[in-house]
Amino acid sequence: MSETIVAGLLVLSGCIVLTAAIGLSRLQDFFVRMHAPALASTFGAWTATLAAIVHFSVVEGGVALHFWLLVIVLALTSPVTAMVLARAALFRRRQAGDALPPPLSAGPGAEANAPAAPGAPEPIDS
Amino acid sequence: MSSLLPMAITATLCLYALAMTLALVRLMRGPSAQDRVLALDFLSVVAMLSMLVLAIRSNSSMYFEAALLLALFSFVSSVAMAKFLLRGEVIE
Repeated sequence: MSETIVAGLLVLSGCIVLTAAIGLSRLQDFFVRMHAPALASTFGAWTATLAAIVHFSVVEGGVALHFWLLVIVLALTSPVTAMVLARAALFRRRQAGDALPPPLSAGPGAEANAPAAPGAPEPIDS
Repeated sequence: MSSLLPMAITATLCLYALAMTLALVRLMRGPSAQDRVLALDFLSVVAMLSMLVLAIRSNSSMYFEAALLLALFSFVSSVAMAKFLLRGEVIE
């Protein structure tokens, strides 16, 4: 019974990670492409971790809960990575002069991207 | 019944390998540097998950530490690379 659960969770995790990779390689724009790896680092990691917990709880007896630490670490780190990377990508594409939506807050850096500001907020396209 | 789990582990590792290959294609071909950083981050997440699958396969809990270290180092390296893209230097 537990083998069936572990096998199902593992194969589900593999399918989810493959879906994320297909999204990573086939989506068109960088900001659209950023959404795909989140699938792997949330749902894929959850299913693989659950499989490990079930397997080691059955094999070793007792509850092997230390695998939750991986999910917690991923949940703490992957949003930070995504935020910093998105900021870097926005900065680089503004530097390159791409058409991007204007910043929400008109801070001291607002005149740096003046050509994008007066126009209507266009959708991001590559 | 007893051969179900090894088959599932092999299938999962093959799916992970396929996913890593696709991410590697993105890493090679990525039009901009941030695409490459994203693909590298995804690669390390998949490597961490494959450590978990290898732990189940070899029935040893030792792989857990490797997976944890991989997750932490991938976070540090991805943030450092993103910071480098943002500022041009890592430590100011």
